[in-house]
Amino acid sequence: MKKIFYKEWDIASQTYWMILAVLAVISAIAGFAVLHMEHNGHWVTGMSNQIVWGTPHVFAVFLIVAASGALNVASIASVFNKKAYKPLAPLSALLAVALLIGGLLILVLDLGRPERLIVAMTTYNFKSIFAWNIILYNGFIAIVAFYLWTILDRKMNRFYKAAGVAAFLWRLILTTGTGSIFGFLVARQGYDAAIMAPWFIIMSFGFGLAIYMLVLSDFFRLSGRPLGDSVMFRLKNLLGVFVAASLLFALMYHLTNLYGTENHAYEAFILRDGGVYTAAFWIGQILIGGLLPLAIVFHPSLGKSRAWIYAAAIMVIIGGLATIYVIIIGGQAFPMTMFPGKTVIASGFYDGINGLASTYSPSLAEALLGIGGIAVALLITAIGVRMLKILPMSLADEVADPHSAS
Amino acid sequence: MKTTDQTDHKRRDFLKTGVAASAVTLAPGIVMHTAEAAPRDKAVDSSVRWGMLIDSSKCASGCDSCVQACNDENGLEAYSMPEGADPEKWDQQRPKWIRSVTLKDNLSGRISNLPLMCQHCENPPCADVCPTGASFRRADGVVMVDRHICIGCRYCMMACPYKARSFIHENVDIKPELAPRGKGCVESCNFCVHRLDDGQTTTACQDACPENAIIFGDLNDPNSEVSKALAEYPSVQIRADLRLNTGVRYSGI
Repeated sequence: MKKIFYKEWDIASQTYWMILAVLAVISAIAGFAVLHMEHNGHWVTGMSNQIVWGTPHVFAVFLIVAASGALNVASIASVFNKKAYKPLAPLSALLAVALLIGGLLILVLDLGRPERLIVAMTTYNFKSIFAWNIILYNGFIAIVAFYLWTILDRKMNRFYKAAGVAAFLWRLILTTGTGSIFGFLVARQGYDAAIMAPWFIIMSFGFGLAIYMLVLSDFFRLSGRPLGDSVMFRLKNLLGVFVAASLLFALMYHLTNLYGTENHAYEAFILRDGGVYTAAFWIGQILIGGLLPLAIVFHPSLGKSRAWIYAAAIMVIIGGLATIYVIIIGGQAFPMTMFPGKTVIASGFYDGINGLASTYSPSLAEALLGIGGIAVALLITAIGVRMLKILPMSLADEVADPHSAS
Repeated sequence: MKTTDQTDHKRRDFLKTGVAASAVTLAPGIVMHTAEAAPRDKAVDSSVRWGMLIDSSKCASGCDSCVQACNDENGLEAYSMPEGADPEKWDQQRPKWIRSVTLKDNLSGRISNLPLMCQHCENPPCADVCPTGASFRRADGVVMVDRHICIGCRYCMMACPYKARSFIHENVDIKPELAPRGKGCVESCNFCVHRLDDGQTTTACQDACPENAIIFGDLNDPNSEVSKALAEYPSVQIRADLRLNTGVRYSGI
């Protein structure tokens, strides 16, 4: 393995500013969507007193989960001493912070009272996993920013290992916290499951790595820097393992539910009768987010095609969004079992009359806010790689592969 | 204020004058609300636990007197559908603190009606999950929202096993003095806490029920009407499996 040189992202100024402009415009449109929602109130969204968390939460949770996963590439280098991952680490840390900020922005801007963020930062109920998450998110940004500093600054290098271990442990706790937002909810049939925390961790590995692979290949291609097969093949094999593990967790979650009669109605809803949620589950989560990328990355010829690997990463992201959609919206749409053994035949507040699920159609403003969060994350990443020595000059095989003959 | 306490009135008037005088010296726009938030005679404590027994066998199909009384008392219908809103969606977005529910037993086909609202749990999941502590349980058993620190995250609505909470999706132009409320916060039945704090011992829904199906009172007082009724008739908690020790109990479901 040759010596690695890092340099600021040296694409043409015009291209760089064009990228920033496009991302800034998307972020600004999201800003207007927020003004629209906050000025009028949430009645302009698809959310209601029946489906209280909507599309913004799907994007926010996806990005927050992906953020901790994006850090894994760096952790493999610093915590597990894998040399091949070391040149990939700076981008991994930067992307992790950027994705988290994007996700948090969505979450905060969807609050009923976003101007009271200061209250959330200063008034804590420590029995709430949400309150803990606020601390975990802020801590993550601080620790990973410090970790990035130890990577980039030779003088800070002595803290590199300690910061890397701290960031790795923190990210595991963070995703545990995110999964527990749902795992700790005793009220609803789809949640209230300890498996949610580790399932979210394993999903984060896949989502974060998929985004990392896309960003890495696009940023390298735009600047004309060489990115060899050895790096991408290594990453796609890892992606395949993470996708397979996510499928296993999903299988265990549903098998456990199917075993107990009390959850049969919920399982029938998600797996068979739930309409859009059933489609999102089978087509989005299982097929596009699971089986197809798995087949691609381990296929003898497709798995060696960079274009197909790229497509597999996109599929993992689409499937990931579908997974979170099924969990968050599907979990709420299924009526709560308040009266076991009885059927609600009339209600002044919906309540699943005759077992009917609640309805939800996302509004444009909600989707724009979610997309805006992604744009902000990419904006931070693009500015970061332009200003800092994040990207290696080359990740060609003879540079990046520790086993390369040259 | 519906208080009948003359002394209390005088004290409030005095405070109001004081605040009005001090407001002059403050910057425009800064309004202190000390007068309205003046402490009542004493802080609530756990010697009282407010609760309810609802006899669903008395609850008539099609009757919504309790729902209407709650809406009137708390100003839940004091505004109209926003212009351009989809009526069907709007109906799912408007607040409801109490609703009537009709159930059919899957085996016997027996029909029962009941009003459903916040169950005022001893261990409320909504208060557990609230990041800021805005969702809380008072010492006297009333579960409510501190709308000064509610950030509108709706996690309490995800956590409530009774779907008893509403998020305010729209601007509220007319805010009743008794139940201040506004866009972007979560709210729910609070056992007409403004009445309790003024020394009254009934809720609007109870007063309105033509069948006297709702008995409200102090669960800690063995001689209260509600305690006596609970001792006499069999009753259940909704979702008793969660062991939340609800303040609202039902008989005849």
